Amino acid sequence: MLETIRFKLNGRPVRLEVNGERTLLWVLRTDLGVTGPKYGCGEGLCGACTVLADNEAVLSCQITIKDIAGSEITTIEGLAQNGKLHPLQQAFVEHAGFQCGYCTPGMILKAYSLLADNPTPSRQDIIDGMDENLCRCGAHTRIVAAIETASRRMKGGMK
Amino acid sequence: MKSSSKMSRREFLKRLGVLGGGVIIGFNTFDSRLWARKPRAGFLGAGIPTDFNAFLRIGANNRIALYTGKIEMGQGVMTSIPQLLAEELYVNIEAVDIIMGDTDLCPWDAGTFGSLSIRHFGVFLREAAVEARGVLLELAADRLNAPIGRLATENGFIFDSSSPTLRVSYGELTQGNIIEKYLDDLPPLKPLSAFEIMGKSVPRRDALEKVTGTAKFSGDIRLKGMLYAKILRQPAHGAKLIKADTAAAKKIDGLQIVEQGDFIAVLHKHPDVAQQGLARINAQFDRPKTGINDRTIFDHLLKSTPTPEIASQGGNLKTGEKKAATVIEKTYYNSYVSHAPMEPHAAVADFDGKKLTVWASTQTPFRVKDMIAGQLDLSADQVRVITPYLGGAFGGKSASQQALEAARLAKRLRKPVQVAWSRAEEFFFDTFRPAAIVKIKSGIDSAGKMTLWDYNVYYAGMRGSKQFYEIPHHKEVVHGRWRGLSGRYHPFAVGPWRAPANNTNTYARDMQLNLMAAKAGADPLQFRLAHLKDRRMLNVLRAAAEKFGWQPIKTPSGRGYGIACGIDAGTYVAFMAEVEVDKGSGSVDVKRVVCAQDMGVVVNPEGAATQMEGCITMGLGYALAEEVRFSDGELLDLNFDTYSIPTFSWLPKIETVILENPNLAPQGGGEPAIIGMGGVVATAIYDAVGAAVFQLPMTPERVKAALRQV
Repeated sequence: MLETIRFKLNGRPVRLEVNGERTLLWVLRTDLGVTGPKYGCGEGLCGACTVLADNEAVLSCQITIKDIAGSEITTIEGLAQNGKLHPLQQAFVEHAGFQCGYCTPGMILKAYSLLADNPTPSRQDIIDGMDENLCRCGAHTRIVAAIETASRRMKGGMK
Repeated sequence: MKSSSKMSRREFLKRLGVLGGGVIIGFNTFDSRLWARKPRAGFLGAGIPTDFNAFLRIGANNRIALYTGKIEMGQGVMTSIPQLLAEELYVNIEAVDIIMGDTDLCPWDAGTFGSLSIRHFGVFLREAAVEARGVLLELAADRLNAPIGRLATENGFIFDSSSPTLRVSYGELTQGNIIEKYLDDLPPLKPLSAFEIMGKSVPRRDALEKVTGTAKFSGDIRLKGMLYAKILRQPAHGAKLIKADTAAAKKIDGLQIVEQGDFIAVLHKHPDVAQQGLARINAQFDRPKTGINDRTIFDHLLKSTPTPEIASQGGNLKTGEKKAATVIEKTYYNSYVSHAPMEPHAAVADFDGKKLTVWASTQTPFRVKDMIAGQLDLSADQVRVITPYLGGAFGGKSASQQALEAARLAKRLRKPVQVAWSRAEEFFFDTFRPAAIVKIKSGIDSAGKMTLWDYNVYYAGMRGSKQFYEIPHHKEVVHGRWRGLSGRYHPFAVGPWRAPANNTNTYARDMQLNLMAAKAGADPLQFRLAHLKDRRMLNVLRAAAEKFGWQPIKTPSGRGYGIACGIDAGTYVAFMAEVEVDKGSGSVDVKRVVCAQDMGVVVNPEGAATQMEGCITMGLGYALAEEVRFSDGELLDLNFDTYSIPTFSWLPKIETVILENPNLAPQGGGEPAIIGMGGVVATAIYDAVGAAVFQLPMTPERVKAALRQV
């Protein structure tokens, strides 16, 4: 059943004629060609597909396109503003908070959501908040350090 | 099997022609000196060109293009390999662009594995750079009309040292062309002591792309008209398809089905719709009943074992046993372990009727090219494999069956096809780290000196089995390597897993050593030091002890301190850890890990430390939790709900030490720091509660069982 779904993607309005039951991850990756969100497990177990829906981290492999109608969706592609990296992105670069980079979009967006809820997290808050995002390369210590740095620089603001 | 490794002159020039430019620089006659070169030897070297032009091209704008068959899977060679070239060519690192893993553009390469990129390929690259620079100096001598002895090079320019304003850039000399001119003799490589670019941390080249989402992995390749394929899989290894009814799937609008015998694929412009189509296929399989599962596997493997090979030996085992006052005989086990990279295998293939282009997540693009050409009846030059970023691999992306699947479908349909495995497919087709058994019989005399080491390892392999302690009577026998035993012995495919064999060997060796130390009433560190003469091993152990703050005490001490050490990929590595064991639940909390490493000259210290941290974190998984469960060929762990890998909450405090060893050429860095993780955690558990765990992973159940034996 095709239906019309409207939402905002990285600041731009999108209108799709689409089966509303389709998964957000695949609509983003194929219909819209936005490949930042990654497939890692398909069952909401790894966090590689994380995107922001109205500034909150959601697992795009677990929700349908119908679910996000009217929402503002941000993928990793939409985080930098006017060519300027978001402080989280900048901190991930500086700390080398990644190796293969496959989990990185999900990590950064999950951290964004974490800092939105708790701008001055303790190290333990970061560990608890990030625990469901998997990284196989073992970049964890550097990811934690990057989030700490970004949090310090952002001083509670999101830009 | 067609081989792309031996390249004719004509093919070679054609390949270089693909890169544009291509007018051979200023020499009328063919320079025979290149062909007088002794060809390189060995499996890893024989196919690698001797012509330096294969490795680099200098643009008219003085930018250097570096070509390598190596791939970037997170290990950071995209950043460190250019350091090698910049060093020998005397150019800025920023002036080097790197092109990786493209079989049409890059010199042949056996694959990215074995921590060989720097220590093996790096040498060829440096040789190429040295010769290129020598030739450029000859060209500059003509151009500047100055004797070659007076010329100096800096930042991509050659100048007359007696008159520095007289200068010419590399790019002005080459104009972007191949340099058809060679040297009679290859000048020596820069001495290690003269390194200026190597040894400095440089920022990762892939950072910006990876934090902005522009980094392309194979599954991110988008071609016009591309179809996504989902393939019907058997439910268990060894299962045979009896029949498949595709009628219901065919009703889905836009779905295409390819049936070739057992191979059934459904394709659609949306991968999720293709997946729905696949689910509608009603297939029946004949499933094997083998009785082999993750509990019976060790008996099965020991029933008939592969031909033994001796890794090392000395003295006489009988004498060693006679001289022993105490003999300890133990058997160690480790389960199958998955690679589980975050990116499942993916490939995109496109066939234009003549040329098949395949983007694939693979560690071995040239081998994949040959495999595809062979299987699809194409000539080697009709197949091009391009390797985008890999989302982790760890040895698991060598077989690359997904690339063949995509290629087969693209060739048949004449449409671009993507095959991206699901997580379940990733687990099912993984080439696991083999289950293995180690039997050790060792002895100490009344003075606490080791007299005997009778070591037999089954199925893990050779790496890390050789003896490096001073034990007068020893023999290390390897019964089967990880390669070549999949069908006959293991119920599914096995393969190389980060530092293959060495994790198993180091775990068994270090646990046994601590049991010996305990019998001798010795501190585990002192016990090791007393049996070592090898300087490098002594150095890494002492460095780790210093960082850790190790105070000698006999084990078990109740402190929960563990120790392990070994050699991998030419690198020496020592580990110390502190754990806390919950006696009630059997769960183990690793609080702290120190790792000291001597890897010779360090090309990129920051990159090397990152690899060490990654190894330590990943290694906690096989030490404590990772184990593939299966029964009758069916995999019972197909996603991360039941197969646990280390997460943020597992994080110990990690401290790394890299020893300075400026007189040794760079050694391996991607694997060594994982080899001791089983051993260091096992010996720490033993030290904490006196429980020796003889099977990896050391799950709470196994720790509790071991506690009952105390």
